[in-house]
Amino acid sequence: MEKPDLTIALAGNANVGKSVIFNQLTGLGQIIGNWPGKTVEKAEGILVHHNKRIKVIDLPGIYSLSTYSQEELVSREYIALGHPDVVVNVVDATALERNLFFTLQLIEMQTPLVLAVNLIDIAKKKGTNINYHLLSDILGIPVVQTIATKGIGVHEIVDESLKIANQKMTIKKPSIRYGPEIEKRIEKLEEALKQTDVGYPIRWAAIKLLEEDIEITKIVEKKASDVVNLARTFSQEIEQIHKEPCATVISSERYATAAKIVEEVETHEQPTKPSMGERLDAVSMHGVGGYLLMFAIMLSILMFISFFGGWVAGELQGLFESFNPNATGFWADLAWNGGVVGFYATLSVALGFILPFYLILGFLEDSGYLPKIAYLMDRPCHAIGLHGKACMPFLVAFGCNVPACVGCRIMETKRDRFIAIFLSTLVPCSARTAVILGLVGAFVGVQWAIMLYVIDFLLILVIGKILNRYLPGMSVGIIMEMPPYRTPSAKVIIKQAWNRFKPFVITAIPLIVGGSIVIEALRITNVLSVISDAMSPVTVAWLGLPAFTGFLFIFGILRKEAALVLLATAAGTTDFRSILSPVQMIVFALVIMIYVPCIATIAALIRETGWKNAFLISITEIGLAIFIGGIALRILSLFM
Amino acid sequence: MPQEQTEEYLEAIYDIAGTEGKAKTTEIAKRLHNAPASVTEVLQRMDRDGLVKYEPYQGASLTKKGENIVTRIKRKHRLLEVFLDKVLHLPKNHIHRQACKMEHVITDETEQALCKTLGVPTECPHGSPIPPCNIDVKNCSECIAKDISDQEKRKQKIVSITTLKPGEKGKIVFIRGGRNVVQRLCDLGLTNGTSVSLIRGAPLKGPIEVCVRGCKIVIGRGIAEKIFIHLEEN
Repeated sequence: MEKPDLTIALAGNANVGKSVIFNQLTGLGQIIGNWPGKTVEKAEGILVHHNKRIKVIDLPGIYSLSTYSQEELVSREYIALGHPDVVVNVVDATALERNLFFTLQLIEMQTPLVLAVNLIDIAKKKGTNINYHLLSDILGIPVVQTIATKGIGVHEIVDESLKIANQKMTIKKPSIRYGPEIEKRIEKLEEALKQTDVGYPIRWAAIKLLEEDIEITKIVEKKASDVVNLARTFSQEIEQIHKEPCATVISSERYATAAKIVEEVETHEQPTKPSMGERLDAVSMHGVGGYLLMFAIMLSILMFISFFGGWVAGELQGLFESFNPNATGFWADLAWNGGVVGFYATLSVALGFILPFYLILGFLEDSGYLPKIAYLMDRPCHAIGLHGKACMPFLVAFGCNVPACVGCRIMETKRDRFIAIFLSTLVPCSARTAVILGLVGAFVGVQWAIMLYVIDFLLILVIGKILNRYLPGMSVGIIMEMPPYRTPSAKVIIKQAWNRFKPFVITAIPLIVGGSIVIEALRITNVLSVISDAMSPVTVAWLGLPAFTGFLFIFGILRKEAALVLLATAAGTTDFRSILSPVQMIVFALVIMIYVPCIATIAALIRETGWKNAFLISITEIGLAIFIGGIALRILSLFM
Repeated sequence: MPQEQTEEYLEAIYDIAGTEGKAKTTEIAKRLHNAPASVTEVLQRMDRDGLVKYEPYQGASLTKKGENIVTRIKRKHRLLEVFLDKVLHLPKNHIHRQACKMEHVITDETEQALCKTLGVPTECPHGSPIPPCNIDVKNCSECIAKDISDQEKRKQKIVSITTLKPGEKGKIVFIRGGRNVVQRLCDLGLTNGTSVSLIRGAPLKGPIEVCVRGCKIVIGRGIAEKIFIHLEEN
């Protein structure tokens, strides 16, 4: 690929609109949503502006260069070592003080900087006026006003970035002056560092050494270990004076500077009265009402998708079966049972279950409801050794487990991350929801489908408790910014759902239709029975299912919804009552729900936790699925 | 009559005549760069207020009340001189004029703090003795000890942020906890001295939501219990 003329990186606090600006600039479909921690990996895109190829990098949210969780480390490493030509610091106009805290650190690092003040429309609505010229003067960097969701100011960002990149010379920026007791020591460290090249501005390196920053200390230790010792002594001295760690003393001073700047540039028109958002907060975060609302929302989503999906499946079957030529013979069977039934079964899974689910999830994400769930569920999460933030990847997992596993990077410790990843693979994703609702919900009863969910949640609870008990360490507890509610944009939700749905259409439909043709061929040629018979001790003897389901379980590893579609192929219809009894349906769905995650999730598990853990998680889940399935069969057979 | 002017007059009399003697109107006028007629007028008024004893053609002497005020001012003046010299390192010939201005505006609390911070100095950089303070203590070490017990009294008002009721406000005094957690709270704006208010808390010892620097932040109960604040009365 052609080398870009310029690289700009979007950096800033979580949830300020970096990904929105990224999408506006590159036309790509980076997932956006109103909750902190949604972007955990950096994304790249190309923009052509005035005949220049500009690489744009979207970084995960970061509050401070003294990083806390893994996704922040990605940002810091890129800003410090990726050498972007320009860093665009996106800040939230409604929370300028906290955002400028990070800006000040970037200035201290002498990064070529453009400040994009986003959400200016919301700030204006709140009665906050900002003197942008003054802000630019004080900080010594260009300031652009943006409303990213409407694309306002986005191209000015690029114009300013080009200007900064062309300047090349470093602008003399006023950096923060700390108290004399700190400045004196910074000076001495700067003096000591003069001889060594640490790859960073000397003053910044000196400050970071005083803060006892692990990464910088490591770098300097290799080149000049005596400086590290000196810095350690100094920061202990500062700690003695202030009776608190040197790093927090320095942070306090940065905040004091940020507060002073805000006081100068901001004026408020009217005292803020409780807005619509505050009233919604009061309801949705209420000690009792909040929980009731949450359960009501979850339950109604399940009910709705169950009925809607069932209705779509029925309509599609009616439509396609009206064209059934009812021909017989090898090729006719292969084409109709394998191809057509496979196709409309896939279509009904896609349109009836997966797409609506993504639309609803998008609505919840975009409105800002996810962090409220994190707040409500924090206490219950302690039971499984996690804190409330884990709920956000869990909710994502209802859509698809793959982004959920990656999203668990917002958990701060390795232990928390492992537990969260393990448990999120147990969350029924949209494909499994399609199996549960399309089979049990549609043909046995919604109450049984809900019972399957309850069993799943109990399983998550038990496994979480066991992991919590036997993994060393304990959760650090939640510290999370609570974003305000925002009116969800229909355009964004639809686009988002499509972006998530597209890979399904492109890879899953051909795969499943192809798979269903293969399975039909195998069935007709009796090869299927050979494979299925080999698995019959488990499928038939222990789980009480028809022998051909063995093959479905194997195919289900590729895609879980495939199990349902292929079941339709095997039955020659989407009316499953002809081949499975109600008890068998429940057991089948239960096993599909729990057993080994799909291939894409396993790949994500390997990437996030390593081969060993991925193997361990998969084996445990297969064992559990078979065990619980067999128990369920024996209990259900007693009264069904 | 402004307090600063009164104090300037009292000081002039003290400088000229000490605590016992009489200062002539002309001498005072010369020292303060004022016309003798207006000086006379001011002295007459101060006589009525009981700060000086003024006798026409003889001059003014300090009363006990006047003397008390003037020693207090001198004390502040000389402490300030020490401060300007020892801490700020201003040139010696500048510090007198600066101290003359500052002495009228600092509070007794500042005076006391200066005394302690400077290590209870006994004389100003020019060598004049610093008058002792009028606090009801036997000696300086008792004064320092008294301050410690005062702080302990203050500490009793310091509470964990989790004890606040929704809507109540306070200033962060200190945060306990692991280095990373304290740093993270600090990075999110919860630095010492910052004003925070409690928005709500989740039931059964769930997390709390606080408002700090215009942002809302959710903090787990275990962490929040270690954030100590000074409760603000409305």
